[in-house]
Amino acid sequence: MQVVGLEIPRNGKVVTAREIGVVGCQRCTKVWPLGTKRCTRCGATIVSRDHKALQRVWAWWIVGLLCYIPANLYPMLQTRTLVSVQQDTIVGGVVTLINHGSYGIALVIFLASVMIPVGKFLAIAFLALAAQRGTTSPSSQRMGLYEIVEYIGRWSMIDVFVVAILSSLVQLNALAAVNPGPAALFFGLSVIFTMLSAQSFDARLIWDAERS
Amino acid sequence: MSTTPPLKDLIVCPNCDAIYHVAEPKFGERAVCQRCHTVLIAPRRRAGAQIIAVALAVFILVLAAAVTPFLSIEAGGARNSVSVLDAALIFSGGPLVLVSLGTVAMILFIPLLRVLLVIYVLFPVVADRPPAKHAAWAFSLSEALRPWSMAEIFAIGCAVALIKVADLAQIAFGPAFWMFCVLTVLVVVQDSFLCRWSVWKSLETAK
Repeated sequence: MQVVGLEIPRNGKVVTAREIGVVGCQRCTKVWPLGTKRCTRCGATIVSRDHKALQRVWAWWIVGLLCYIPANLYPMLQTRTLVSVQQDTIVGGVVTLINHGSYGIALVIFLASVMIPVGKFLAIAFLALAAQRGTTSPSSQRMGLYEIVEYIGRWSMIDVFVVAILSSLVQLNALAAVNPGPAALFFGLSVIFTMLSAQSFDARLIWDAERS
Repeated sequence: MSTTPPLKDLIVCPNCDAIYHVAEPKFGERAVCQRCHTVLIAPRRRAGAQIIAVALAVFILVLAAAVTPFLSIEAGGARNSVSVLDAALIFSGGPLVLVSLGTVAMILFIPLLRVLLVIYVLFPVVADRPPAKHAAWAFSLSEALRPWSMAEIFAIGCAVALIKVADLAQIAFGPAFWMFCVLTVLVVVQDSFLCRWSVWKSLETAK
């Protein structure tokens, strides 16, 4: 697929909407005079730079982190068989899988439930701090990080879905039963809150931070 | 500023605020922000009709996947097979019912709602009629719901679940699992066909 560059108003250098006194709608990319409050094309609220966004980012981030703690302390799954009852936390479940020799699945769960959530907390915090305090790291790298966070965050839900699937599927009367633990709820909430945190972030702040 | 061209000829990158003249690419080409590489405009020939066709396929698949079993289990003579609706209805009490409600919302209701919204918005556009009432609102909602539509993640979840209890019992994929796999592909296809800028423009010009 061919990529077409767009002509820029001033030769050679990228110009921002703010520099020429206009503001763009972040939902439908329509251009309005600076100070316009609402995009009449798509109905979105327009702000040139949404600094309150950072407060929303931090608010969701903190709630997400608070949910992530019980998500790791409580059991995610309770497996009852004829001979035993086993309760597994997220990390415990990964260890059990490794002991059973299912390295691939252990890796998937470890990535989705430990690496991605922890990485996401760190990445969002870094992006928000960089926007607040300025940074020397290149904007394009931070933009890449933001895109990864936006794209990959949803995949953490996989462990919650596995719990929901297993606990509805494995109901074999006396033989075996799997039931969800409280961690499933907390983990799901944590994923939702961190997704909201990432969505609240105003990506334009990434590019402002380098200039100033 | 005196040199600023008419605002309707400009486009702003929503991710980095860079501003450009609109130079509408040909079908199959893409206009990309030079600074952050966000795709701004990507028109496709007959995209509207194709998206509606794919949306209808998604609609039928989601409905069928909801009622047919996605996994079945067998151990020591006991047998159980579950559909997504079974999975939702099995918890009837406690706060954990939220988990199953959330799961069903993200893998069934939100994909279904998005499909309906997209058809509602695009059908009048494709048929050369004025936009439907509240089409802008409907398209905004559909876009806002995009990250919450998780059918493809559920398909991977099924595979993980299968291997996780493989040593506990005999497990087999049901028809709904394969439907979710097809769904995953269709949703990606639909997304790549959809040029948001073109949709917004068509909703505006007809006003």
